[in-house]
Amino acid sequence: MTALQAANPLLWLLAAPLIGAGVLFLLPHWRLAALTNIAVSAVTFGLSLVLVGQRPEPTALLFIDDFNVFLVVLTAFVGLGSSIFSAAYISREGNAKRLAPPQMRLYHAMYQAFLFTMLLALTANNIGLLWVAIEAATLTTVMMVSLYRTRPAIEAAWKYFILCSVGIGLALFGTILVYMAAQPVLGAGSQAMAWTAMIGQAGDFQPALLSLAFVFILVGYGTKVGLAPLHNWLPDAHAEGPTPIAAVLSGLLLNVALYAILRMKMIVSANDGAMDPGPFMIAMGLSSLFVAALMLYRRRDIKRLFAYSSIEHMGIMTFAFGMGGALSNFAGLLHMTMHSLAKSAVFFAVGLAVQTVGSARLSDIRGLTVSRPVLGWGLVIGVVAIAGLPPMGIFMSEFLVVASAFAQQPLLAVPLILALLLTFGALVMRLQSLAFGEPSPLLGYPVPNPWVNGVAVAPMVLHLALVVIAGLWLPPALVAWFESVAAMLG
Amino acid sequence: MTATLTYDLAHLIGATVLMMGFALLYQRRVSSVIRIYALQALALAAAAAWQAYIQDAPHLYLTAAIALVFKAIIVPLALSWLVRRLGMHRTIETALGIGPTLVIGVGLVALSILLVLPVTEGAAALARESLALAMSVLLLGLLMMITRRNAVTQVIGFMALENGLLLAAVSAQGMPLVVEISVAFAVLVAMILFGIFFFRIRERFDSLDVETLDPYRGDRP
Repeated sequence: MTALQAANPLLWLLAAPLIGAGVLFLLPHWRLAALTNIAVSAVTFGLSLVLVGQRPEPTALLFIDDFNVFLVVLTAFVGLGSSIFSAAYISREGNAKRLAPPQMRLYHAMYQAFLFTMLLALTANNIGLLWVAIEAATLTTVMMVSLYRTRPAIEAAWKYFILCSVGIGLALFGTILVYMAAQPVLGAGSQAMAWTAMIGQAGDFQPALLSLAFVFILVGYGTKVGLAPLHNWLPDAHAEGPTPIAAVLSGLLLNVALYAILRMKMIVSANDGAMDPGPFMIAMGLSSLFVAALMLYRRRDIKRLFAYSSIEHMGIMTFAFGMGGALSNFAGLLHMTMHSLAKSAVFFAVGLAVQTVGSARLSDIRGLTVSRPVLGWGLVIGVVAIAGLPPMGIFMSEFLVVASAFAQQPLLAVPLILALLLTFGALVMRLQSLAFGEPSPLLGYPVPNPWVNGVAVAPMVLHLALVVIAGLWLPPALVAWFESVAAMLG
Repeated sequence: MTATLTYDLAHLIGATVLMMGFALLYQRRVSSVIRIYALQALALAAAAAWQAYIQDAPHLYLTAAIALVFKAIIVPLALSWLVRRLGMHRTIETALGIGPTLVIGVGLVALSILLVLPVTEGAAALARESLALAMSVLLLGLLMMITRRNAVTQVIGFMALENGLLLAAVSAQGMPLVVEISVAFAVLVAMILFGIFFFRIRERFDSLDVETLDPYRGDRP
């Protein structure tokens, strides 16, 4: 048994960031810590690729299937890109003495601990373990959001902590209800919490209890997805923490919370007597879309602007998965992937821009393409991508969502298109002053050496290249994969 | 031991937890809120121990022990110390008067019963009524977080909500990971208390309702 477990690549995948977190907690030198952070993330990414080819048998606690393996790879990839960006970001903050060494030690340890909780949540078979992982993710990110110890940072962390604690509290109640629905069929014990066991027998569960459970889970984990009206913590947490954290919050955490909802949706959908989870998800998705679209116009802080854009995109995904069906699920999965890549790239650009200009106010950042061409054009491509313009990957996924909305519920397509146009307008309006025109004075940190500069923009360029390529050409293997997962999601 | 005694005692303890949830809502002094919370945690510990006995599930004794030592003793002491040390307000500021809060509280309990009893028809009577009690405690905790303005009462509201969750978890026959979940919550609560101390959070920054804006949003012209 132990030999078998030692050979389980899933355990290695989880062990890498966990050990990394322990090592980084003890490592005193922050430059070395930043490099170790990259190395550990690279190892994790490598191990995640192993899982694509080799699927271990599901255990009572962990499992891997077509759906979560793609998110595991995506999570590890964005985690790697962000760790590279983080090294450049932290080195500037460290040079400017904005962060003390103990803070940076905490930051790096929490970065890997956060990756560990994300991977644990994705690979958890037991829905209780899934909950524990998401709860632990809240703890690790709160520490990172409050890193600067300024009053706004502490306020943001406190608000995030309290709101998300309530959210995961409600999600736990939903989890207990799912267990109570499953327990008469699967018997008491861990079987009745194992997702792989539940999905096969979900048709025999008590339908009404399952419906009630789903409402709690949607609202609870929905808080973490940032769905309106429970999105209030998200912009503050993105804006006040270090920028690499904004990138992983948007790129990873929101996806994982949505993943938790989708797993539950699959169980509820497998039960004929339970309510249809779709309309609830469509309603929350659309309301998030509208709230975010309208809020985008009033932003004055660049990180808050893109945080609201994340709420909008999570709304699109929730809408797509809520509608269901092969095409819509396909679009949702593609959108999840593209948004993670594009939004993390945008935050990489934003982080560098804020450090260079020395201000996060939108009115202070102007003409970036003139003063910093690589950075400026990176931001332009990133914003064009998240605004949903062709030829980017997000254009394709949004197009598919709209098309399937027209096919299934033409009336729902109208508000969807309206909200998409509203966000498009807001982003393009902001982009003009950010990227073009008379450049604003660069009052931030001095130009670092070219090597650090190259490291800083490399992950942004890589992520954006992938988004552009995906918009022009999707590998057939990936399409087939998404199609099979979309069929699984029902 | 007859089946009725098992049932009645579980019920009595669950109802005590709920009663304390109500008592939290009509206090006017922070110190009495902390004391009532300690009593609620004590009742929760008794509920967990009783469930451990009737379900013959020894791991629930551990949950009971955590509730007894951590929630009924350490947390109240730590909170009282924090209130003294940080010089927080000793009286409770309410966003909604005590009368209306209690009326809403009664409504929430009625809602939980009306919602839970019909959907659990197949389940054992003990489990379904415990679930209704647990959901009431949870909603009362949420109500407290929304209607009370002090940072300490907000935290106590969250911990009361969590007591409701644990009541549901221990009542669900043979649920795995209950101990792990209570440990996870203990860590969360410890972090919150540590955060209050470390960052000297005297009053809460922001309420759960969206309307209250404060000067530190960092998003103004």
